[in-house]
Amino acid sequence: MHPVYFRYELLRSFRNWRFIVFSLAYPVVLYFVVTGPQRHAHFDGVAFPLYFMAGMAAVGTMIAVISSGARIAADRSVGWTRQLRITPLTPGDYLGAKVVCGFLMALLAIALVSLSGTALGVRLSAGEWLTMIGLMVVGLVPIAVLGVLLGHVVTPDSLAPAVGGTIMLLALLGGAYGFLVATSGAVFDLIKALPSYWLVQAGKTALGGSGWPAEGWIVIAAWTAVLAPLAVLAYQRDTARV
Amino acid sequence: MTTNDTSPAAVVLSQLSKSYGAVRAVRSIDLTIVPGETVALLGPNGAGKSTTIDMVLGLTRPDCGSVSLFGMSPAEAAATGVVGGMLQTGSLVEHLSVRELVTMVASLYPRPLEVAEALSLSGCSELANRRTKKLSGGQAQRVRFAIALVANPDLLLLDEPTAGLDVEARRDFWASMRAVAARGKTVIFATHYLEEADAFADRIVLLARGSVVADGAPGEIKARVGARTIRATLPGAALTTLRALEGVIAADRRGDAVILTCSDAEAALRALLDRFPSVPDLEVRGAGLEEAFFALTGDETDANDDELQEVR
Repeated sequence: MHPVYFRYELLRSFRNWRFIVFSLAYPVVLYFVVTGPQRHAHFDGVAFPLYFMAGMAAVGTMIAVISSGARIAADRSVGWTRQLRITPLTPGDYLGAKVVCGFLMALLAIALVSLSGTALGVRLSAGEWLTMIGLMVVGLVPIAVLGVLLGHVVTPDSLAPAVGGTIMLLALLGGAYGFLVATSGAVFDLIKALPSYWLVQAGKTALGGSGWPAEGWIVIAAWTAVLAPLAVLAYQRDTARV
Repeated sequence: MTTNDTSPAAVVLSQLSKSYGAVRAVRSIDLTIVPGETVALLGPNGAGKSTTIDMVLGLTRPDCGSVSLFGMSPAEAAATGVVGGMLQTGSLVEHLSVRELVTMVASLYPRPLEVAEALSLSGCSELANRRTKKLSGGQAQRVRFAIALVANPDLLLLDEPTAGLDVEARRDFWASMRAVAARGKTVIFATHYLEEADAFADRIVLLARGSVVADGAPGEIKARVGARTIRATLPGAALTTLRALEGVIAADRRGDAVILTCSDAEAALRALLDRFPSVPDLEVRGAGLEEAFFALTGDETDANDDELQEVR
């Protein structure tokens, strides 16, 4: 990783107010609005403030890592990646800066949503917090890869709907908004095959400090295994030096 | 004898070719540029200038032929920071000030210029704190120049660097370029202005339809493409008479008008006015590059060659 380049990449992210509003402010505001009146409810066997906290953290972090990767599309469209290709910056440094930036923003989103949860009565032990945050970071890996892939395949005019639609679909089906479209049968099996479902479940499985069941790890690993080669391919096609 | 000359050439292009579908953008270009030379790639739109520059920078893969920069491949040259470029297309990334952007680029290179120096050389000092999004077209062009300069590369490629600049900005730009060239850097720039090439290059490489049609010192090239034309309304004049006038190379008729292509416009004008007492609608102008190339490249044979190539 190139330190100075990374610092400016981070600066660019933090000055992008749309990015800040959607990945940081939106989940926090939604959390207070929805959880406030339902502080004592339970959902899916978990206290609602904790469940919805995990859900909102999932939404914020997904927005952070997907938009960060997808902003590659903007760099490509203005010719910036072409300019970078004639500098000594390696494609790995470029990509690394984008991904690490996305994860930093995601950690910030987790921190803000967690503070909001604490304000509304969520109490977890240190081990449970660590389990939740750790699982979320792992669960974000395939989603960050998806962002990088989107950044190489979408055009700037289809970027907003592609990114927005992908996040919406993953969040909604994964149960991030506090409900699941199905809790049994084939549709539920399909939902359990989504990385976003396990991202949301990170909050639930953290109770007692235990991790995901094997199924969760398999789903995350499988998505990563499928998406990573595609992203690498898209990225090599785009950055091949002569 | 160059056997004891161990330093490699700055640029060696050999049989460099690139096609886009049926369009042969670059056709087997051979070119050697020594370190310290300032070379203009001169040609009309579609001559292959940008494609050639993109291949030298390693942004476009040639169909065949090779590029060597100081003995390295374009990728190695980019990775070691010995090459820098100002590309024709593209805008600047958002959310940074001009100084921040130039500082970021400087950090990527092993031997960058001081940021303040690059800003001042490119005339961007007063723009340093401005956000990149709030720049006019000409200002953005100057910032692109600052980005190319701060890299402090041994070989600098500039693709139509003065496009979009007004007269004053052009003059400032070339003054800065002279300063860069004076440091012994090798500079290659693409342009379709003969005057720019003539004023700032040590050597002009004339490109037309993807081939090198002339290569030499500016004075030499200028004499070849700098032909002037005289246009006048002379319905009664015989073309053979006109062709016989001093300084006239060719005469053609377009309706009532005649067009004389001249090797010496002044002599031709004098001869014309001596011969014909009344010459209405007289107009003298420099031949456009396109026309000059048309004359230089031997249009007909080339057109046939095109068709043959496409049939194959």
